[in-house]
Amino acid sequence: MRLRLVPEQTSFDFFSRWKLWLGLSAVLMLVAFGSFMVRGLSYGIDFRGGTTIRTESTTAVDIGVYRDAITPLGLGDVVISEVFDPGFRDDQHVAMVRIQAQDEQESINADTIQSVEVALQSVLPDIKFVSVESVGPKVSGELVQTAVLAVVLAIGAVLIYIWLRFEWQFALGAVVALVHDVLLTIGIFSELQIKFDLAIIAALLTIVGYSLNDTVVVFDRVRENLRKYKKMPLKDILNLSINETLSRTLMTSVTTLLALIALFVLGGDVIRGFVFAMIWGVIVGTYSSIFVASAILLYLGVKRDWSKPDNTTGNQFANVDA
Amino acid sequence: MLHFDLWKRVLIWALCGVGLLLALPNTFYTRVEQSNDARSVIESGMTTPELEAQAAKWPGFLPSSLVNLGLDLRGGAHLLAEVQVADVYESRMQAMWPEIRDVLRPERATIGTIRLQPSAPNALRIRISKPENMDRALELVRGLSRPIQSLSGTGSSDITVRGDSSDIIVTLSDAEKLASDDRTVKQALEIVRRRIDEVGTREPTIQRQGTDRILIQVPGIGSAAELKAIIGTTAQLTFRPVVGRGSSADDNPGLGNEILPSLDQEGVFYTVETAPVVTGDELVDAQPSFDQNGRPAVSFRFDTTGARKFGDYTRDNIGSPFAIVLDDEVISAPVIQSYIPGGSGIITGNFSVEESTNLAVLLRAGALPAGLEFLEERTIGPELGADSIEAGKVATGVAFAGVLVFMFLSYGLFGLFANIALILNIAMIFGMLSLIGATLTLPGIAGIVLTVGMAVDANVLIFERIREELKTAKGPARAIDLGYEKALSAILDANITTFITAVILFAIGSGPVRGFAITLGLGLLTSVFTAIYVTRLLIVMWFERRRPKTIEV
Repeated sequence: MRLRLVPEQTSFDFFSRWKLWLGLSAVLMLVAFGSFMVRGLSYGIDFRGGTTIRTESTTAVDIGVYRDAITPLGLGDVVISEVFDPGFRDDQHVAMVRIQAQDEQESINADTIQSVEVALQSVLPDIKFVSVESVGPKVSGELVQTAVLAVVLAIGAVLIYIWLRFEWQFALGAVVALVHDVLLTIGIFSELQIKFDLAIIAALLTIVGYSLNDTVVVFDRVRENLRKYKKMPLKDILNLSINETLSRTLMTSVTTLLALIALFVLGGDVIRGFVFAMIWGVIVGTYSSIFVASAILLYLGVKRDWSKPDNTTGNQFANVDA
Repeated sequence: MLHFDLWKRVLIWALCGVGLLLALPNTFYTRVEQSNDARSVIESGMTTPELEAQAAKWPGFLPSSLVNLGLDLRGGAHLLAEVQVADVYESRMQAMWPEIRDVLRPERATIGTIRLQPSAPNALRIRISKPENMDRALELVRGLSRPIQSLSGTGSSDITVRGDSSDIIVTLSDAEKLASDDRTVKQALEIVRRRIDEVGTREPTIQRQGTDRILIQVPGIGSAAELKAIIGTTAQLTFRPVVGRGSSADDNPGLGNEILPSLDQEGVFYTVETAPVVTGDELVDAQPSFDQNGRPAVSFRFDTTGARKFGDYTRDNIGSPFAIVLDDEVISAPVIQSYIPGGSGIITGNFSVEESTNLAVLLRAGALPAGLEFLEERTIGPELGADSIEAGKVATGVAFAGVLVFMFLSYGLFGLFANIALILNIAMIFGMLSLIGATLTLPGIAGIVLTVGMAVDANVLIFERIREELKTAKGPARAIDLGYEKALSAILDANITTFITAVILFAIGSGPVRGFAITLGLGLLTSVFTAIYVTRLLIVMWFERRRPKTIEV
């Protein structure tokens, strides 16, 4: 007996309403972008400077007490939040204190951190500061730049690679799907106000990689079928290719999700945001490789004459002897 | 057909074997770590029976490289410091003044009297009383410039000299500034390294980042503040003649002098000469010690030139006070009692034992050429790191088990082959991480977990393809062959694109992001290897033995 996620032979029509799906994706992208513009991201200190202190104490966290201790110091915007994790011991109560970057200070002032620690210790003698992180505004500005650069470079590199390996229509389809995935991920982070830090950029780039992985597998089959069925309409070829690879698409998504969900539940709160971004990305990425990347391909049309593969042999791995 | 040359088979198993062997030390992490520590101590010349026993905990013929744990897993402090390279310009310009004075003085007849004017700290402004002969003065000062050797700046000199009505303005040239910045950062890096080595923490990372930054990571240290106390101090020690003592910082010190506060006496200020008699650069040794009253102090010794200058000065100035200045604060200003010929002495002040020990370390390691400003600091407690490792282990284990079971249920025997490949894959990732001495961070663990999920992708592609080919092809051997052949381009394309993003992440990311890029990138390499070669070899070996008429994938 074998576990089968999808029947052996499927013939779903993925493109009966492809304009609707494309429209829906466009609307979702607009909503995500709107949310980003209106609500903005909840940036971590990596991107806006400041200090976060992670505290641990054996008594339950009372945010009011923390606030009363810190407010007299006059440090401006201070955010205090309790952290929950199923992995914590019963007497392990964790809170995060975030202090904004102090005005006109390029570097970090040790006195600020010390004064907060002393103030908290005076109300909660057993409190421990398990991690203290400070980023000056100068560095955080640069981190934003490199992060944006990383995402743009990654997408650009991929665009060129797929263009070389396939055709420009494929490259464009793949890149629109990527932008779709990145935008929707940013959108959900701004909508749920989850902390957006450097690790999330790594997650975004992985999503880019994963989503591409999926898209490329479908495209590879499309290319193969284009050579095989020279007369078949493009829509049918796309449908056939997606159906043929559907089993693999779902298998891979399920194994990846399985691994990520284990990490989400058991991996601790420090990387939960990061893992959440990836889970979301896997789901969105799987969706987009069918309903965005392939739909764009259908919209743009492709070169149908693949009869002279010699033009592209330099780009093929056909002669790789495995 | 299904054919594998013998040498390929041997090579594949050999690579897997090497991977497993390299990964092996990580399963006995603490034991190997202790053994490695003990070995390095023994190598440095010391040995005790305990050390020998510790070293013997791990056999010497086995590989002993371990995956470094990042600060987020092990705890420690991380600092990003910016070297204030412009600090150096000021002292460079000050040092030029006597030279310029000496070259202009003999020409007083043509250019008139010369006088130093107040100016920006990185420039010298000299007024001459006969501005009509400015050209001659500029020519003389330009004569002092030295050519600098650099790749781009050949033919340029180290200073620029221009006239501004009756003033001569001397500044460092842009090329010299660049060269000076580079030297300053290199020196600062060296000093920081020496200071941290003096304190003796294990495996610190001290790297230059960009043009003027230094990244310092020290595992196991309690807090970034502690680290800053050691490396943040400039520790520029100077011995200077005292002109006077007062109680205000705002008095006019007079040209060539400056007013400095006392280190431990509130409200006491000393007027001292700007030019030092001897500096900390001329020290050869500094040790914590105690003065005759049993209070903590630091004893020091000068090198030959320093000793001579110090000796001459003490001989000529018996009865005058003499300031010992550390980073623009006067530690003490004792009166010279007698001629001190030997070039050694003792610094007393209100030190604690710890302060005197630290000061001795700083003086021994040398002064930083310029100040450091800290742009980023992170302290991660060891408990948090331990919790993260624990959570990471459990999550990886569960993820791993889940994927193994799922693959077996989906593909049966072939799933089992894929699972063997997956286990080898993880071992090889750890093996390679150990080999290249990479650092495992928390996002790095996530990268491995993601690899677990995605590594099966290549096998899934192949198996699905074999299933398809079984429907049409003639016989199982042909189907397997075709399955591998046709899945190859999709596997390579998919993995190369992901690899591109991993490379970009590695190139421009830093810290934890880089750790993630490394595990993701290595994971892709090993997973393509295991999927294309290892599972295939397993299938071929099974096929050769059984010769099944039909197969079920």
